Amino acid sequence: MKKQRRIHEFKPGSVFYACLIYLFLYLPIFVVIAFSFNTSKMNITFEGFTLEWYGRMFENRQLMQSFFNTIIVAGVSTVISVIIGTLCALGLYKFEFKLKNVLSSSLYIPIVIPELVFAIALLIFFTSLNVSMNMATLIISHVTFSMPFVVITVRARLAGFDRSIEEAARDLGANEFRTFMRVTLPMISPGVLSGGMLALTMSLDDVVVSFFTAGPESTTLPLKILGMVRKGVSPDVNALSTLMIVGTIVILLTSTIIQGRLERKM
Amino acid sequence: MIKSFKKHLGILGTVGPTVLWLALFLLIPLIYVIGISFLTKNAYGGVDFTVTLSNYVSLFQSEYGKVFADSLWLSLETTVICLLVGYPFAYIIANAPKKWKPFLVLLLMLPFWTNSLIRTYGWNTLLRTEGIINHFLQWLGVIERPLEMLYTDGAVLLGMVYALLPFTVLPIHTSIEKLDPSLLEAAGDLGAGKVHVFTRVILPLTMPGIFAGSIQTFIPSLGFFFISDMMGGAKTMYIGNLIKNQFLSARNWPLGAVLSIVLIVITLILMRLYTRVGSLEDMA
Repeated sequence: MKKQRRIHEFKPGSVFYACLIYLFLYLPIFVVIAFSFNTSKMNITFEGFTLEWYGRMFENRQLMQSFFNTIIVAGVSTVISVIIGTLCALGLYKFEFKLKNVLSSSLYIPIVIPELVFAIALLIFFTSLNVSMNMATLIISHVTFSMPFVVITVRARLAGFDRSIEEAARDLGANEFRTFMRVTLPMISPGVLSGGMLALTMSLDDVVVSFFTAGPESTTLPLKILGMVRKGVSPDVNALSTLMIVGTIVILLTSTIIQGRLERKM
Repeated sequence: MIKSFKKHLGILGTVGPTVLWLALFLLIPLIYVIGISFLTKNAYGGVDFTVTLSNYVSLFQSEYGKVFADSLWLSLETTVICLLVGYPFAYIIANAPKKWKPFLVLLLMLPFWTNSLIRTYGWNTLLRTEGIINHFLQWLGVIERPLEMLYTDGAVLLGMVYALLPFTVLPIHTSIEKLDPSLLEAAGDLGAGKVHVFTRVILPLTMPGIFAGSIQTFIPSLGFFFISDMMGGAKTMYIGNLIKNQFLSARNWPLGAVLSIVLIVITLILMRLYTRVGSLEDMA
């Protein structure tokens, strides 16, 4: 017992090292946030506190448009990914069929191949069909890389699922639909939620795939920043980025808490 | 009869959409890439339907050899640094007091919930010649003239390590968590010193995590063109940027397709090596 406890305590050296790494991870985020409150237009020194840029950013039409595009693409692609991904996980769990193994391994293709490869694959594909890049091509591309994560997460949840509960519900007279809504869905809901959050983060984080599959009218905030960086970025971009950082973290923290509650209910 | 019909309907209704989606937006596009790699580029930046192997032959031009060597080297450096920095970090988190652990893992994930380009932009701001770090060092009097930090190969390496560190740490963390503490105690009781316990017990048992982490660092790093765009000075060309250029400025799609196929082949070889020691499930 004593030995056990000795392993699980903070050593000063470890704490120092961990703090150093956390500092490294958070430093650029703090910088982006800090400069959104800076009175100077240049991101060099902090001259004074202001909220000016949070007002100014609304005047920047293109910037706001790219921000909304980011949100719309993330939202829509997450919903599609969650629906078809969850269905697929259920099918893989419930049925035995030919080529089932082929399907399960194919799901790992978008996960393991470099994003760049399927970004240009989609670019070639859409172009050869004479489809110009727009919001739809962007959403389709995002679903392609995020949906497999939903399938895998929900499937992992189903793996620990006690089939007898479903059988019991059916024996008690519930039809298949009712059984699904009242038994299966609540059981897998933490998995669906975390799969959905994964899809949402993947979409919000994406640069490479969007770079090739977004059109001039459907550019996202990260792409917009990429285009501006060499010339210098104005602080209203920092303000909007700060909103995006804070927004993402709030949504994901909330969902982590909800997920914890759902799991405790089981 | 009816039962089997119902079953088929069930299969179609559940996995059908995914199969259709993957076929349409993953497999067919990938086949297009292979197809276009055998075609000829025309003068207008488009493609002519003349079958050729010349795109593959041009891979052997010395300039591309250097690009491949530089890219693989950068990815290797990134992976090794991520492992060296990430392993102790994963170990510390895994051995932290129980009530702290979820919080520490969350703290590790949090930055990576926000967009990687925005974070790279943060580094760009920090490292600029007229940027914060130089300003700070000059104010301290450590340096007289600002250091050239941004737009160097070192900055690209920093950006890569930064972007990929959690992908190294998380699988290693998982495999350290799975370690049975009684094994370590047994080794200690049998007289093994700390170094010995680490090299003979801990390291071999956490190898699956090390492999999964390395793969998840190495492969994405090959395609992260935006990091070398934002942090590098275009002095060194990496494979990701070379591919990007073929589709944007150079408009040589067949060559871009060939280069992507090289990336796929590298990935497949690495995955093949990986599946000998670990399972695909550990990757997600």
